[in-house]
Parts: sequence; C-alpha cells; structure tokens
Amino acid sequence: MNAPLPRWADLVLLPAVCLLVALLVAAAVVALVGQSPLEVMMALVHGAFGTLRGLSYTLYYATTFIFTGLAVAVAFHGGLFNIGGEGQAVMGGLGTGLAALYLSASLPAWAMLPVMLLAGMLFGMLWAAVPAYLQAYRGSHVVITTIMFNFIASSILVYLLVNHLRPKGNMALESALFADSAKLPGMQQALAWIGVEWPNSPLNLSLLLALLACVAVYFFLWRSRAGYRLRAVGSSPSAAEYAGISSKHQTLIAMAVSGALAGMVGMNEIAGVSGKLILEFVGGAGFTGIAVALMGRNHPLGILFSSLLFGALFQGGAEVAFDVPGFSRDMVVMLQGLIVLFSGAMTYVIAPMVSAALRLVPGVRHG
Amino acid sequence: MTAAAPLAVHMRGIHKHFGAVQANVDVSLTVRAGTVHGLVGENGAGKSTLMSVLYGFYRADSGSIAVNGREAEIHNADDAIALGIGMVHQHFMLVDTLTALENVMLGAEPHWLLQRATAQVRGKLEGLMQSTGLHVQLDALVADLAVGDRQRLEILKALYRGAKVLILDEPTAVLTPQETLQLFEVLRSLRLQGTTIILITHKLKEVMGLCDFVTVMRAGRVVQELPIAGATIAGLAEAMVGRKVHIGRVEGDAHTLGEVLLNVQGLEVRDALQVLRLSGVNLQLRAGEIVGIAGVSGNGQSELLDVLSGLLTPSQGELTVLGQRFEAAHWLDPQTARKLGLAHVPEDRHARALVMDFCAWESAVLGYDGLPQYCSGPWMRQQAMQQATTDMMERFDVRPRDPALGSAKFSGGNQQKLVLARELGQAPQVLLVGQPTRGVDIGAIEFIYSQLRAMRDAGCAVLVVSSELDEILALSDRVIVMNQGRIAGELAIADCTEAGLGLLMTGGLQ
Repeated sequence: MNAPLPRWADLVLLPAVCLLVALLVAAAVVALVGQSPLEVMMALVHGAFGTLRGLSYTLYYATTFIFTGLAVAVAFHGGLFNIGGEGQAVMGGLGTGLAALYLSASLPAWAMLPVMLLAGMLFGMLWAAVPAYLQAYRGSHVVITTIMFNFIASSILVYLLVNHLRPKGNMALESALFADSAKLPGMQQALAWIGVEWPNSPLNLSLLLALLACVAVYFFLWRSRAGYRLRAVGSSPSAAEYAGISSKHQTLIAMAVSGALAGMVGMNEIAGVSGKLILEFVGGAGFTGIAVALMGRNHPLGILFSSLLFGALFQGGAEVAFDVPGFSRDMVVMLQGLIVLFSGAMTYVIAPMVSAALRLVPGVRHG
Repeated sequence: MTAAAPLAVHMRGIHKHFGAVQANVDVSLTVRAGTVHGLVGENGAGKSTLMSVLYGFYRADSGSIAVNGREAEIHNADDAIALGIGMVHQHFMLVDTLTALENVMLGAEPHWLLQRATAQVRGKLEGLMQSTGLHVQLDALVADLAVGDRQRLEILKALYRGAKVLILDEPTAVLTPQETLQLFEVLRSLRLQGTTIILITHKLKEVMGLCDFVTVMRAGRVVQELPIAGATIAGLAEAMVGRKVHIGRVEGDAHTLGEVLLNVQGLEVRDALQVLRLSGVNLQLRAGEIVGIAGVSGNGQSELLDVLSGLLTPSQGELTVLGQRFEAAHWLDPQTARKLGLAHVPEDRHARALVMDFCAWESAVLGYDGLPQYCSGPWMRQQAMQQATTDMMERFDVRPRDPALGSAKFSGGNQQKLVLARELGQAPQVLLVGQPTRGVDIGAIEFIYSQLRAMRDAGCAVLVVSSELDEILALSDRVIVMNQGRIAGELAIADCTEAGLGLLMTGGLQ
C-alpha cells in the first residue's frame, strides 16, 4: 500500500520518469546492435528539434496525433474504448476530399475550407455513430465493432479510388488535384504573410485547428453540461442513470464527438498536404492516437505534449534511420513500443518506486 | 476469560499518520485469547487503520505488536497470516466466477495438480465446517451465493489458513437480521473453540450482545477499554462521539397530516427474467408524515424505491405524484421526478448517489446540473456549483469542507450527508430515502434523523426504507411491512412491537 502521489508528481514527474526508463531500455538495445546510444539520441533530438525544418515535420506529425489522441480521450471519458480512430480518420478524410473534389471549383477558399472541415467531421462522426448505436441499442461491444469498421473504411476508400474517383487513364490510386481554394495554406506561406521566414515543410495551418480542438475538448469535457454528463456516464453508469442521464444517448454523443475529432485528420493530410484524395493518408495515426491518449492521461494538455513526443519520434527517427548506418526505421517503432509500454502498462510498477523515492525527500507532502 | 488469560494480541504505543492526519495516536490494544473483543468508534476514528497495521497493510510509525506473547514484525498480510491472524473485510475479497472451494484454495493450493489439491482442500474444509458449524455449499459459484454465505466463506477461508485471531470489519453491515443472528451463533461457537475475534463495528447493540471486552476509539486515540459487564450503550455512544447522543424516538408535537402527495395503486414489477418483484402494492404518502418500509432485504423494498423515483418502469400500476398522473406505459423518469419536487436518496451510495471519480462539487450537483442557478445555456456555472457545495457542506457539517476533494475520499457518513444536502437542498415535497444511515456513525445518525424529521415537520412526505428495525421505529409515523414483494401489513407506530413486525417481515402473519 502506497500513499497516493502528490498531483504535480502524478502529472509531471511520473510521466517523465516513465519516459526516462523507456529511453534507458531503448539505449541498451541500441548499444546491443553496436551503435552509440548517445549518438543516436543526439541525432534523434537534433532531427526532431534541431532545425526549423525538422521542427516543422515534428509539428506536422504531432498535428495528426492531436486529432486522433483527442478522439480516443473523449470516448474514454464516456467510458468507451474507441479503437476505430483509424477508420474514422479515413472516412473523415474521404468526406473532406469529396467536398473538395466536387465544390472546390465553384467555392472560394473562405467558404471551401470550412465546408471541407465540416464534411470531414460529419463523415467521421457518422462512421463512429454506427458502432455507438450498435453498442447502445443492440449490445455489440464498441471495441469489436470499431476495429471491424477500420477495415470497412479502408476498403471503401480503396473501392472509391479504384472505381470512381481516379481520373481516367491515371494509373496511380489517387483522385484529381483539388482546385486552389481547397488548399489549406502551409505554415511557410502563412508566416510569410506576416513577414516571418519559415522553411518549406508539410506543416500547415491545421496545427492551429488542432490547438483549437484541444481547447474545445477541454471546455467540452470540464466546463459544459454535456461533458459533465458524458463523464458521469463514463465514471458510473448507475449513478448517471439515477441522475436521469441516459447512458445510451451519452454513448452516441461520446462516439460522435470522438469520430468528428478523428475526422479532422483529413484537414492536415488531405487539405494541408496532398491536395488530393490518396490512399494511406492516415498511416496508422489512428492507432498511435491510443498511445498518445494513454500517455497524455486523456487530458488535452497531456495529449498536446505526448503528440509532440510522438511527432518528434517519427521525425527524429526518420533522420536517425537516414544518418546512422544499421539503424532502421524499425528501431524507432521499437522505441515507440517501449514508451507505450512504460508509460502505459508499467506506470503501476514505476509509481510505487517514485512514491517511495519521494518519501525519502524531506518536506514533500503526500496527496 | 479471566484477566490472567494470555494476550492474543498486544499492540502498544501505535502511532500512524497520513500526511498531516494523525490516524493513530499512542494507541494500545490488549486482546485476550479466546474472547470477542469489540473495537468501536466513528468513521475516521482510526479503527481500520489500527487493524490495517495489525494485518500488515500499513507500517506503524512507531509502536510494537506482540502476538501470543511474542514480539512480532508484521510487514505484509503474509506475515500476519503466518502469525495466525485472519481478516474478513467489509467488502468481500472473493472471485465471483470461481466456486466456494476454489476461492478458499486460491493462493494456497496444496498440490500442483488441481485435482489432488481440490481433494485435499475439500477434505480439510469439510472437517472445518463440521467442527465450526460454518456451512457453505463448496461447489456453488460464489456469484450464486447469498451475502451471508459469502461471509461464512470468507471466515472459512481465514480459518483454513490457520487463523487463530479473526478480525471482522463491519461484518453485519450487509447482512439481514436473520443472517446477523446466524453469524453471531457461529462467532460464539468459534470463541468456545478458542478463536480470538476482533469485531470492528459501530453497532453498539451488537457489541453488548456478543463481545467480552470493548475498546472505544475517538479521533485516533483509545478513550475507553473495559469489560462488557461495565459498559452501557449510552456510555459507549457518549465515549465514541464525545458528547451525549440520542438516536431513539423523538416524541414531537402531534403534527397534522396534509393532503396525499403520492398515491400508487396496483403496482407490479417484474425483473429481466420476468420474475415478480412487486405485486399488488398500493401506497399513499401524505404531507407531513414519515412512512417506514420495514422488511428483510430483498423483499421488494429496493424495487419500490426505484419504481417510485422513476428508475424502474413497472409492468402494471398507476402513480399520481404531486398532481401528475403516470401509467405503466408512460412512467415517471428521474428528471421529471426531480422537476416535480420528488427527491430520492438512493440505497447504494457508491453506485448511485455519487460518482466516485468526481470531486465533491461535481457529485453535489448530480441530477441538478440543469437548474438555472447551476448553468447558463450549455455551460456549467462552476463558481455557483462550488459555492453551493460549500454551503451544503456548511449546513450539513460535511467534513472535510473541501468541495474539490474527490467524492471517494469522504467517509461514508460524510458522503451520506453530502447526498442528503443535495436532495434536501431543493425543498422537495416528496422525499424517498433508502437506508438513510447505512455505514454512518452515531453522531451523523442523530443529525440525519433530525434532518428527516425537520423535512416532515416542514410538510414533506417522507418514505424511509431501512433494514434496521430500530431505525424504522425511531423515525416512522406509520410502518409498512413488505414480504415477498407484497405489503404484508401496515401499522401505526403506536401499535408496533419488534416481535409483531418481525412476524410480519418473515411472512408469519398475513
């Protein structure tokens, strides 16, 4: 039995210690394959944060992770484990892309971009609402159905690209390019408007959208009545029932909001970068979102930081794989795995140790 | 049982603090072998902490423990078990999906082959059941066992592991009166066989009926330790609370009965398996009366509360409450109930009344977040909610007075006071209360009773469901007895005797 950790230690110290342990284990593996852990770590940090260009890529990856991480977190607060972020992001991107394909020629950017955002959110929302309905009213578990819906979503995207959206005679599996009005300005372009020079990168204004989403999710969950009710159902369905809150409705709401957040991924990848509907634009970010939410303790601020961390791993890892011979991209995946392991599952092993260590420090009050 | 008998447990000078809270201050406890020793005190008095130190959950900051005259270092539960100390927790530590036998064996398998192990354990357990009179169906799944059976199983489990000193934490909190009597029979026979029993409780009647010695704790200290012959209920209660308390009946002025505020006719409730839970229930509640529902737990009282508060839809019946009429097809729902002025203090504080993960102020507005003072449009007015919670805590003496503290961190009594503060706060005209003082200590009981009486005097119609007959008798103006989902009888309080009610409760009189 250990006294609970003080709040600051729980929120800051513990994740930092977990991260450190994960890095140490990763360092051991790096040493085992015959590379200098310090050198690899330096290359990774430099690749992720050392240059403006590297930083831009880090932030670009982080943007997508924020969307999918928030999606998992909102569902989690409603007592649901949404594994379907991947599929909802695919469908959201499809909505964004379809809106752009059919409307970008006739709408100006100020109208086109919001329509694309709304279409993405709507598609993601509807895609998440089906498993939610099945759980609420038919009793099929959302974990199972959302996993299955991931496969269905990617198949739908493939089908549409192969049979309907691909321009005639084009061998690549992608749609036609959108008109310019459907292009979300890149960060280089946007910063140029205010006279700041910034390197060319996929980073675009959807980062601001992601930050806005963090704030919105915070206000939704902890300041709005809807969020209060959602959390009540997530924490205690029986108490919520007593309070007159329908857990069925809340299941639908939680999943709809979750799906809408995942559906915003398209704004980064489709509207911000590719400018056309492509395959694999989500690339597993829906699953990474689970790790991001886990590490970020399902809190928007935590998710912001853990997205940054995972973005840095993606970007830094790519640089390391490029710079350090014998160090493949798989090593980065391993590092991510270790971080998920230590910050998720192993937290409960590490927490008592941190607690015991804190007790040795005089003057620390226990929560 | 003389003073010269050896000491089974001797704890001396135990200090234990949690942060700034002194849970145990210089506590000494002497438990003589072969006795039943009562440990009483209000919630938070330090009884559980002391027993957790004895059982190895916590290390004491200082002090020493001797078991059977030998100094003992107890670092964990395994040490305690090795010393012959067993503990039966208030919330049972059983695996529902395993059989009774498998639960006993769990963690103490005598052989790596399951079949051999099972056979060995079965042999030993059957001998144990024979000698102690604790009978449990060994091959039944725990999920299918009644609460009393589960408790017997927990005791068996401790005895199987060689417990000579048995700690029971609030053993009767979940038992029906009959099961309580059975438990006491078992404990008496265990005592005869030389088992030492430490009974943590705050029901003083049980202490007087069962214990040989009693130790009273208050605010982390021992305030009294005396043989039962020298104790009285009033004296113990005063020692526990630190002042005189009265929780018996208050004969107030004769108050006038008002109009019928709630009228339910022909109520019939079936559960998911279509088993009848309530049938033919007719009930009227008038302004200015407290109606007590007595009965052995599980005879339809919980369903009655749920159906009247809108949590459960009956299969048949009509309800008129505060001028609104409902039929089974269009039954009342909890939100409508609240809007009409019907408040409900549910039986199950942990599962229903509070969201344990929420902080106190979030739980303190549960069900009322739509009130105009608590919200503006879709947003919550957190300041107003927190201020209202502070006021509630002040009025109902909820401690600690910290609206930001987690709901789970309050003691049972303080949680109940918070729930009452919330439900009474909107001046309801009909109040349904389930188990108003379950797990609540004496000082708080007195306060809760006075609040319920005050509601009645203010013209509220109050329905109290309780499994404690004393509580029914102390509060009610009129008593309705339920048996097997039907109303077995109705008595004015003047006509109630414990014997008469007991007969009705068990279906002896129709």
